Amino acid sequence: MSLLELENVEFKYHGQTEPALKDINLTVDKGEFVAIIGANGSGKSTLAKLLNVLLRPDKGDILVENINTKNKKQIWEIRKNVGMVFQNPDNQIVATMVEDDVAFGLENIAVPSEEIRERVDHALELVGLTGYETHETHKLSGGQKQRLAIAGIIAMEPSCIVLDEPTAMLDPQGRKEVIETIDFLNKEKDITIILITHFMEEASIADKVYVMNKGKIESQGPPAEVFEEIDYLRSINLDVPAVMEVANGLKSKGMKIPEILTIDGLVDALC
Amino acid sequence: MLTDITIGQYVHGDSVVHVLDPRIKIIITIILITSLFLIGNFWGFAIFLSFNLVVIKISNLPFKKVLKGLKPIVFLVLLTVILHIFMTRGGEVLFQWKFIRIESEGLYTGTFMASRILLLIMFTSLLTLTTSPLQLTDGIEYILKPLKKIGVPASEISMMMTIALRFIPTLMEEAEKIMKAQKARGADFESGNLIQRAKNLIPLLVPLFISAFRRADELALAMESRCYQGGKKRTRLHIMNINRRDITALILAIALAVVVSFF
Repeated sequence: MSLLELENVEFKYHGQTEPALKDINLTVDKGEFVAIIGANGSGKSTLAKLLNVLLRPDKGDILVENINTKNKKQIWEIRKNVGMVFQNPDNQIVATMVEDDVAFGLENIAVPSEEIRERVDHALELVGLTGYETHETHKLSGGQKQRLAIAGIIAMEPSCIVLDEPTAMLDPQGRKEVIETIDFLNKEKDITIILITHFMEEASIADKVYVMNKGKIESQGPPAEVFEEIDYLRSINLDVPAVMEVANGLKSKGMKIPEILTIDGLVDALC
Repeated sequence: MLTDITIGQYVHGDSVVHVLDPRIKIIITIILITSLFLIGNFWGFAIFLSFNLVVIKISNLPFKKVLKGLKPIVFLVLLTVILHIFMTRGGEVLFQWKFIRIESEGLYTGTFMASRILLLIMFTSLLTLTTSPLQLTDGIEYILKPLKKIGVPASEISMMMTIALRFIPTLMEEAEKIMKAQKARGADFESGNLIQRAKNLIPLLVPLFISAFRRADELALAMESRCYQGGKKRTRLHIMNINRRDITALILAIALAVVVSFF
């Protein structure tokens, strides 16, 4: 049984003529790491909001652990199961102190106080923020803030985490911290991840990639396969990482190298 | 840097006064302030002042900081004294020059009122000096709880206060950024008269407001996706416990209030 199932989903924003999403079919299994990539305006953030019932589809169905998001009575049940991390680290932190912010979601779903303490400590440990419990949230770096947001979500023990461009506003260091955290949570803790991004490098660590353009899923498959179509990806305004360009160039010149997705991979292949 | 400001005037510490339950501290403050208005002569004030000094001593507060907190009201105090000296009539005439006349009653009432205001501000500032804003909001929420029955949204009020506190540094930072950006475009925030300067703030305030609204929108989404449902029953990470120490402090405060009210 799949964790998330989208069937022929269509969604149009109020007052717009063109639907933001058309004919979306997508399934995510437990423990999977799925990346959704697309340029600005491709509908990927809209898709994220549909998963969390911040929006409801006009047509088609979205099933989260077999609950249809059209079911108004179960909306909090779904939100508990689909944790969301947003782009702007500042605009999703509610509390002044780190531990209070992690506890926010748990307080909302009325978890008993002793259990909140345990879960907060555990979540902070998973994202590597142990020792920061009583720090002020606005003094954290961008990467730390985003990891704090992730901690706030995993403390609620959702069945999957949707991250909507979590690294878009971070510096390279913060970006690395966040991606490593996500990767750790998926590989070591078996947490289902749906990463929405326009950085192909980040998507390359996923199990499966969906490419979105103009509200449609145009391509899907394992990253190595999807990223082979460099010309197509460039045509839909995605930045192709330099590594892939180099690897592709070498390949077209007749060099025999395997599928390359990371700088380390390229170094290994060449040296 | 604008961002270096501390919110409120809380001085971190771990004295007995600091660790008292915030609810008890708020109630004690209310009781003693009420008693301050019942005091009838300077002996009462003397006792109250010595109590104040003892509290400052045990909470390890720098005395200078407490005095600094009185600065903004100096003008008000002086005005009170002056008005009373020249306007209040009664008692012996102490000084007369043409139409200006000072009588003993005026001098007495003036200093009496001034002492009352100074003690009032000094004592309430002890509450904010020894209680973090976060604890204060928590305390206020609990105290307002009984009013929920008559429709006062106590938990929403406390959530609003928490979020306001949380966003002060963020918005400060933003204001600073916008100011720099506008200065780079030739905006002038420093010269001109008062009206001119107020007008010059428009290029700062408009972007700041727009961004604050955008933030509010995003924050609301983030809160909703973390299952925030307004005043619905929530649990807390930190539970406030009233122990023997708090009860003792409360009894002491009530005793003091009764004693000084007799003066």
